[in-house]
Amino acid sequence: MVFLNFFISGISLGSIYAIIALGYTMVYGIAKMLNFAHGDVIMVGAYVCFYAVARYELPPVLGVLIAMLLCTFLGIIVERLAYKPLRQAPSLAVLITAIGVSYFLQNAALLLWSSNPKVFPSIIGRGAYKLFDGALSVSHVTVLTIVTCLLIMIVLSLFINKTRLGKAMRACSEDKSAAQLMGINVNATISLTFAIGSGLAAVAGALLCSAYPTLMPTTGSLPGIKAFTAAVFGGIGSIPGAFLGGLMLGVIEIFAKAYISSQLSDAVVFAVLIIVLLVKPAGLLGKQVTEKV
Amino acid sequence: MKKIFVCTALVLALAGSAFGAPFKLGGTAPLTGGAAIYGMAARNGAQIAVDEINAAGGDITFELRYEDDTHDAEKAVNAYNALKDWGMQVSLGSVTSKPCEATAAENFADRIFALTPSASSAAVTEGKDNVFQMCFVDPNQGSASAQYIAEKKLATKVAVIWKNDDVYSKGIRDTFIEKAPTLGLEIVSDMTFADGNDTDFSVQLTDAQTKGAELVFLPMYYQPASLILAQAQGMGYAPKWFGVDGMDGILTMEGFDKSLAEGVMLLTPFNADSTDPKTVAFVAEYKKRFNEVPNQFAADGYDCVYAFKQALENAKANPDQDADEICPLLIEQFTTMVFNGVTGENVRWSANGEVTKDPKGMVIQNGAYVGLD
Repeated sequence: MVFLNFFISGISLGSIYAIIALGYTMVYGIAKMLNFAHGDVIMVGAYVCFYAVARYELPPVLGVLIAMLLCTFLGIIVERLAYKPLRQAPSLAVLITAIGVSYFLQNAALLLWSSNPKVFPSIIGRGAYKLFDGALSVSHVTVLTIVTCLLIMIVLSLFINKTRLGKAMRACSEDKSAAQLMGINVNATISLTFAIGSGLAAVAGALLCSAYPTLMPTTGSLPGIKAFTAAVFGGIGSIPGAFLGGLMLGVIEIFAKAYISSQLSDAVVFAVLIIVLLVKPAGLLGKQVTEKV
Repeated sequence: MKKIFVCTALVLALAGSAFGAPFKLGGTAPLTGGAAIYGMAARNGAQIAVDEINAAGGDITFELRYEDDTHDAEKAVNAYNALKDWGMQVSLGSVTSKPCEATAAENFADRIFALTPSASSAAVTEGKDNVFQMCFVDPNQGSASAQYIAEKKLATKVAVIWKNDDVYSKGIRDTFIEKAPTLGLEIVSDMTFADGNDTDFSVQLTDAQTKGAELVFLPMYYQPASLILAQAQGMGYAPKWFGVDGMDGILTMEGFDKSLAEGVMLLTPFNADSTDPKTVAFVAEYKKRFNEVPNQFAADGYDCVYAFKQALENAKANPDQDADEICPLLIEQFTTMVFNGVTGENVRWSANGEVTKDPKGMVIQNGAYVGLD
């Protein structure tokens, strides 16, 4: 029973990683860049949601929608100002810019909202489903996170595989210049990717802070890094991979903490990551792409 | 010409001391950022004491200046240098441990006497003859907590959750673990977390729960503690909670559900509900000015200024003296004098700068601190 309890804790932690990882992996899969500022967009989304729900007492759903809207704008603006001018630059330059954007957002948040931690009001309450006479409990937030994750996964997959815009995205991901020759507006497609990714970040922010309720300007950065790890674990660029990677990372982390050592849990998590990458360099569900020269 | 100039300077200097020129008292504190709650409190407390002393118009008066260090060691040294340029004669060190370790080294090198209100790590005073603390040093907090739990028979089976990348948390935990078995306390669970994984505490709490801990000791700051309390409630686990001075501040977190902290006990040298007349007056003044009940940091800041006043009076120090002339006088006073303040009666200091005073047990009831004894 204790084992099952730990398993559920792992799933709830993992579901949070998974929802953040979805945004990472989608942007990487299409724009082929690591958006290290993703975690900080999550933080901004959480703050917007916090102010909407706690200060202006709007219903939580409306709060999340406002956060999504503002984060989508933020994503478009960041892309326009920081990434678009670097479209032809080497990928290392874009990576460094992304780290810069991450610090910029954190410090802007520090100025705007100060770093006094705030307690986030859960968007669906702190209740839990009790199973086996209360021996097991699954919190509502966990269930909501997993359902949201699955929903986002399905909608994203359908969007990318079935719509014309999705087709354009896949084309850009395969070969930008060829896509341009075929009449696809590459810049607009990549901007759209960022807009969607940032909108998802707002949802992830609201769920992250509902599960673990302290909100600070650095709230997004560490879960962001863990989620990035989860995305790599599952195979970066693969949407189901991000989901699987996130859940597994959460479960491994909790089991390592419970059965090996609470001091060594992160070391164990990353050791597992190294082993997986040694055996399957593209991650669990990643495609091995051989480039023709 | 030169003579006339020297004469005028002398006359001015004498006139200055005759009219009671103030001692320049400086300190660094996190006035913005995550630890601002501590810095603001210490500064506000010190300011009240300075205003009271100046209004009373005795021989000793102060001019107080605080600089922001944002709880960062490097910025603290810059802030310290700004205070030195201003002409600081006596120093309040820094409010938090990490920055204070940095500024204490400067205090030692520059021979400027320092009394920190609340920087509690042992490294702050270690090897420095002119740096003193108003708060308990970390190892003492650990042993005092164990002693309090045992004496009041709060529990026999105890769990500890601590932060393994934080000197403050580890310092308290180490002495607690060492002391507890000698007092008949059994440590059934000893679990850690670090900066990267301080969101999910289900494992630590489950471990404490399954091993039957009646009391969970939390040597940490209030931010992770608030998460632990929320998650324990989610699990339906309700042991006794025992915190340390870093827990102070949990009630003022924006949006915090105060019912979660109901019954949390902590050991702090200051009790705002005390009927001691000095404390009553201080609490009333603090409430009037800042609209909140002063916490332990405010009381420490307040006491620091009064301790300085007492020491400077006894030493017959003169505001015209340089910092390095005042320093040996104060070292002599602080190692011999007995001080009565709002954070304790019969407060004494040892030669290594550590303080001896009695801690008071506090419990959170209906969203406010209440004295246990």
